[in-house]
Amino acid sequence: MTIDTSIVEEGQELEKPSQAPMTGVVAAAEGRRRGKPRKFLFLRNSKAVAGMVILGFFLLIAIIGPWIAPYDPSARSDDILQPPSWEHWFGTTHLGQDVFSQILVGTRGVIVVGFVAGILATAIGVIVGVTAGYIGGLGDETLSVLANVFLVIPQLPLIIIIAGQLPTVGGVTVAVVIAITGWAWGARVLRAQTLSLRRRDFVEAARANGERTWRIITAEILPNLTAIIASGFVGTVAFAVLSLITLSFIGIGNTGEWNWGTVLYQAQSQLALQRGAWWWFVPAGLCIALLGMSLTLINFGIDEFVNPRLRSTGLNARSLRKRGIRPRIGFTPVVREAEETRA
Amino acid sequence: MTIASPIGHPQRLAPASDPVLEIKNLSVDYGYDDDPVHVLRQVSLTLGRGEVLGLAGESGCGKSTLAYAATRLLPPPGLITGGEVLFTDRSGVKTDLLRLNDTQLRASRWQDMAIVFQGAMNSLNPVYRIGRQIADGIRAHEPKTSQKEALERAAELLDLVGISPDRLRSYPHELSGGMRQRVMIAMALALDPQVLIMDEPTTALDVVMQRQIVEQIAELRDRLGFSVIFITHDVSLLIEIADRIAIMYAGEIVEDAAALDVYNKPRHPYSSALLHSFPPLRGPRRELIGIPGSPPDLSRLGGGCPFADRCAFAFDACSKVNPELVFPNVPGDDPRRSVACLRHDPAAVRAVGEVPLPVPAELSLS
Amino acid sequence: MRFFLRRLGFYLITFWAAVTINFFIPRIMPGDPVSALIAKNQGRISPDAAEALRTLFGLDENMSLWDQYVQYWNLLLHGELGTSFAYSAPVADVIAGAIPWTIGLVGIATIISFTLGTLIGSGIGWRRGTWADSLLPISTFFSAVPYFWLALIAISVFSVTLGWFPASGSYDRSLVPSFSWEFISSVIYYGTLPALTIVISSISGWILGMRNMMVTVSSEDYVTVAQAKGVSERTALFGYSARNAILPQVSSFALSLGFIVGGTLVMEIVFSYQGIGYYLFTAVAAKDYPLMQGIFLVITVAVLFANIVADFIYGVLDPRTRQEG
Repeated sequence: MTIDTSIVEEGQELEKPSQAPMTGVVAAAEGRRRGKPRKFLFLRNSKAVAGMVILGFFLLIAIIGPWIAPYDPSARSDDILQPPSWEHWFGTTHLGQDVFSQILVGTRGVIVVGFVAGILATAIGVIVGVTAGYIGGLGDETLSVLANVFLVIPQLPLIIIIAGQLPTVGGVTVAVVIAITGWAWGARVLRAQTLSLRRRDFVEAARANGERTWRIITAEILPNLTAIIASGFVGTVAFAVLSLITLSFIGIGNTGEWNWGTVLYQAQSQLALQRGAWWWFVPAGLCIALLGMSLTLINFGIDEFVNPRLRSTGLNARSLRKRGIRPRIGFTPVVREAEETRA
Repeated sequence: MTIASPIGHPQRLAPASDPVLEIKNLSVDYGYDDDPVHVLRQVSLTLGRGEVLGLAGESGCGKSTLAYAATRLLPPPGLITGGEVLFTDRSGVKTDLLRLNDTQLRASRWQDMAIVFQGAMNSLNPVYRIGRQIADGIRAHEPKTSQKEALERAAELLDLVGISPDRLRSYPHELSGGMRQRVMIAMALALDPQVLIMDEPTTALDVVMQRQIVEQIAELRDRLGFSVIFITHDVSLLIEIADRIAIMYAGEIVEDAAALDVYNKPRHPYSSALLHSFPPLRGPRRELIGIPGSPPDLSRLGGGCPFADRCAFAFDACSKVNPELVFPNVPGDDPRRSVACLRHDPAAVRAVGEVPLPVPAELSLS
Repeated sequence: MRFFLRRLGFYLITFWAAVTINFFIPRIMPGDPVSALIAKNQGRISPDAAEALRTLFGLDENMSLWDQYVQYWNLLLHGELGTSFAYSAPVADVIAGAIPWTIGLVGIATIISFTLGTLIGSGIGWRRGTWADSLLPISTFFSAVPYFWLALIAISVFSVTLGWFPASGSYDRSLVPSFSWEFISSVIYYGTLPALTIVISSISGWILGMRNMMVTVSSEDYVTVAQAKGVSERTALFGYSARNAILPQVSSFALSLGFIVGGTLVMEIVFSYQGIGYYLFTAVAAKDYPLMQGIFLVITVAVLFANIVADFIYGVLDPRTRQEG
């Protein structure tokens, strides 16, 4: 087990107060177990760390990609449809362009759109969600319906009809369109959490003390929403990356700007499949999957941080099997390991 | 100090020769990794047939863990690391519950021992009608019973705990807290079990409801003759219902005696302190004193007495030996009671080369 | 009852919002691509159709916005979605020809994926700490892969390399559509690979969601009570754990439907499967705005309808919603 459990109590505050009878007992014992500071708890979650490392790698490529790319991604050459080799790590296109350089250069577009859309959508989500949860009443009803409408309307077709009718579609435009259509999920979760925080004693106390509303929100409520905001942000980045790539793949957006989706668009439209040029579309897809996976892993880390029940408490399948332990609800395993000193 | 008179039934101690449940040296760890917390350390406890045994202690002392481990219901990462849980059925045959396979354990559950959980709101499946939930338990053990017959029996059970049988078709959210707790009791009695374990069954209820439920349990016990393990942190409640009380501290039993003996003449400093932190039900008022400090970190227990840091009577030996349950060093005490305190165990003190100290007056009341 | 009325009200609002968004998008966009297209297509579309397009895209500058809006609704309620430039046919007809294919493919594949994923997720969540946990990283990977990329891989492996399935189309073009066994088996044959791809790429989401809910629900007291009662493993798993864990799964099904449908539409493009997604793609490529907007509306209505069904199922599954109010 790599996760510290001293945040158990904090985590339990965040979820509904239905606890198994003995988790209280056990959590109390666990909580007192290790007294390390809780600052770096999140970083001790192996899933989160793996996710951060992969994401960090792509961020680095996004910054230095255009400089380290061995070729100009658009430059044609005589090496047409070459499989991977030392000169062209990921092979070449039908025009002799270097796929490896296209991917390296294209990383920036993906990351920028993902993060710009993520930041914008999170900002809208926080404003709408926290406001709705805090003011309550009719305002809450209206904002909730608004968020739910945006959740239910299929986002991708909406993005397509908006982006499809814009005369010029640069990366940032796409990011804005994605943010406008993708903020609702975060808002919904934040609203529910704000609603429950608002009824907590410390917020009630602050209100009774006559604290100003914006101060209560920034000092008392927002800090308690950090984990949810973070997870909403990460989720939106993943959504934005997928949307951007899908848009580029179906040919919406500026094809002069490289990103992984445009690589796939060209591969598809130039019949890479039929020509057996797997190197043309496999690397881009794997990059998307890796980036998406890193974001999912970070969110798993946040989820486990917030909801202690999801943590695998040292459940390493192999070592458990060796000891004959089968962890199950309702059938506590029995091993005869304790020494017996009492009669 | 005056002796409180028990309500309900006469005070009695079940003869130790007729036990229904014997827990022997039960050890439980929490955590499957290399560094588990030892939440129970070789706990032994015997429940006599027809007896009501109260299990008390601060939260986190392991009283619920003991009950769930003995029934093997402790959730992951709980792990039973040793001991025996012997159940004696009506014909006198003993089985070790810890050695049963899944099928045998399933068959034994609810027939032999039933549990009423803490917090009845979460104990009932929110999407099933309560009739079906009671019937589920009956039909799991008597597959030949039809759903209709099972529901008829469920109706009788509801009647037994004072709920109108047409509540069978209610969902849990349609019932009040007290009603849900009664439904849980009715459900637990469905198969006429010999042992009923009640884990803080009244904690979430208001005082009036608490009292009704406790009286109902006492009354049903007298009628049906099952044994009860009653777990609570509220010692004053235990005096009302229990025949015998075991006090737990830091995963061990520190005192085990007849209810009134524990109440009127506690032998362990922790029992004494615990009693002084609750207002007495009857008799003159006394000063309420909390227990200084907090329960120890179970993963950092040394070799000594776990209560030593908070104990007013601790002396040198207490940091060296963890006391065993022994007969109190007070002449004239009930021979069946026991206490784990070095003040009562001069032999253990001498064994580590320390000088024994006498039992203080507070711990030798008569 | 109040629960359902409230939800119905919400869906009406959502429908209104989608139509209104559709109304405003061409009006706030810079430039005026549609009038150029109408001019270009003069002679190929009737004056009536051109008039309808003017209303739909707000080219009648003499009319107030409100009048335009009223007239827009009037057209929609009469099933008039304009004329497709690319197909020189009413948008409604083009969509009507495409929608059975999409509902057949995406609908069936999504239901299979949801059912299977929920079952597998229940199993993994129930048996934590066993070999089943090793399925989790695989699911995580698949949930991060874009649908259409998986489609590319599937075609490259199963069609181009192995030649087991056709790479494109929805049935053998030499056949005439009819209710003959020959035609139906051809449809199934052509649909297998796209359906399989949709199932594989969307199932991991359901597995992960259900697994997490199972883990959370399994630590609820009522599951322990079920075990304490000695009910069979099957009853404890399906009657107590999964029965409760599926509730949030159903609501997330409703909410993520829009997202899934979006993803599967792109899949149709890769497989050149003649459904809504394929037409949306051709509309984008040909700048066929009436078709694009018509498709958006139809997809929204379909998703709303699926949501109503999901809500109804939720109401049946959870007694607490029924007595509200």
